[in-house]
Amino acid sequence: MPLVKDVLTSELKKAGVEVNNHLCEHFPYSRQELYHLLRVGEIKSFDELLAQHGSGHGCEICKPTVGSMLASSWNEHVLDAPRVGLQDTNDSFLANIQKDGTYSVIPRIPGGEITPEKLIVLGQVAQEFDLYTKITGAQRVDLFGARVDQLPLIWQRLVDAGFESGHAYGKSLRTIKSCVGSTWCRFGVQDSTSLAIELELRYRGLRSPHKLKSAVSGCTRECAEAQGKDFGIIATENGWNLYVAGNGGMKPQHATLLATDLDKETLIKYIDRFLVFYIRTADKLERTSTWFSKLEGGLDYLKQVIIEDSLGIADELEAQMQYHVNTYQCEWKATIESPEKVQRFSHFVNTENADPSLAYVQERGQKRPATEEEKVVLNQSKDVLKVPAQ
Amino acid sequence: MAQSLSTTAEVMKWVTVCDLGAIAPNTGVNALVGTEQIAIFRIGETDEVYATGNFDPFSKAFVMSRGILGDRKGVLKVASPIYKQNFNLKTGVCLDDEAVALPVYPVQIANGQIQIGLTAA
Repeated sequence: MPLVKDVLTSELKKAGVEVNNHLCEHFPYSRQELYHLLRVGEIKSFDELLAQHGSGHGCEICKPTVGSMLASSWNEHVLDAPRVGLQDTNDSFLANIQKDGTYSVIPRIPGGEITPEKLIVLGQVAQEFDLYTKITGAQRVDLFGARVDQLPLIWQRLVDAGFESGHAYGKSLRTIKSCVGSTWCRFGVQDSTSLAIELELRYRGLRSPHKLKSAVSGCTRECAEAQGKDFGIIATENGWNLYVAGNGGMKPQHATLLATDLDKETLIKYIDRFLVFYIRTADKLERTSTWFSKLEGGLDYLKQVIIEDSLGIADELEAQMQYHVNTYQCEWKATIESPEKVQRFSHFVNTENADPSLAYVQERGQKRPATEEEKVVLNQSKDVLKVPAQ
Repeated sequence: MAQSLSTTAEVMKWVTVCDLGAIAPNTGVNALVGTEQIAIFRIGETDEVYATGNFDPFSKAFVMSRGILGDRKGVLKVASPIYKQNFNLKTGVCLDDEAVALPVYPVQIANGQIQIGLTAA
């Protein structure tokens, strides 16, 4: 089922009404056009792009969109001074903001595989910082209730233990989920865990128009649910089948089979091309499923571009991905190593105090944010809470 | 440069909160002044600054200083980082719901330091 916005656009076009695909009032171009302008002009900053192709000060639509385009093109740290003000809420503090203004932390657990030692560290960090702990749908561990000033301290512990950013805060690659595959499972025909880890380490940190989810299943029983992912891989007796443009979220869509029985090198080549082609041509905040549904020529066209290289851009797409792989760095490691970047992680600029408005209650052995009603009660018993009257 | 000029005249005392350089271009910081949380925003690399309450009336969290700055048809604004409602930086009025407004505060820069003005009230 298409999105309402897409139906409206399509019907207006049919009725002969000119439909504006401009990014926002500051840029009279679509995201795809701007991406082209940014790459052709080798534009490295928002201000440069705005001066050459836009107007005004920008907004919460174009700034994160351009921040994402800059990241996927040049891969420089998102919190460096010229880019820090572009980043959307979660990216700007490299964590997922929650309803009370605290954050959740998700370290990368490639393929969902974790040693007991590392799992213990996650538990210790959660205990030490009193974080609500939950297993995510992507085979990772989410630690909630971290104050902004605690984030660098938490990440120091995690980086020391060998963890790196999971980019759960970004419009970027999440986990590549996997089943245990042929190593343990009596039905598995290929080593799905090793492939998932290899792919996750290749595409980690890749910023895209929207989040990217993936999975690798070791046989056709499909325990990793690869056909519900932006790109999913299923083992066959002869190699790997590649599915693309699946979605399990707001608008579930079964992934489409792009190629069958691939060896690993060819599989990686096709995924490289597919992802960069999507990153270059999709609209802002458009998942691969919606992008693919709107792609003129559909599956045949996608096969021509990705497999037959009908546009003659395959080398360029692969080169862009290789640049990303070569320039990858853990954003959190780079952040805690930079006093200038760490300085932003405080609730107040003029005191080390934490936010006095935060209030929690216990539920099932862990903390959760207090409701407005509970805050009134807590406020009567403790003089730490101050919420302005409405 | 002082903003919120209409209220500047009533300022009884200026309280220094931080260096201008403590605010990265086009971002905000949050200052504790007395018991108030005050969000201070800096436009580009200039010395143009604005101060509003840090409390987001929609999410009821103290987060406004972490919003994205920009403009709507030339009106400087900040978007709440939680649900993305926009607020006029000069008046505090919500551009998406005029019944809602952030408080705004007098703010000035003296010798490279940002100061918040305390009024008699």
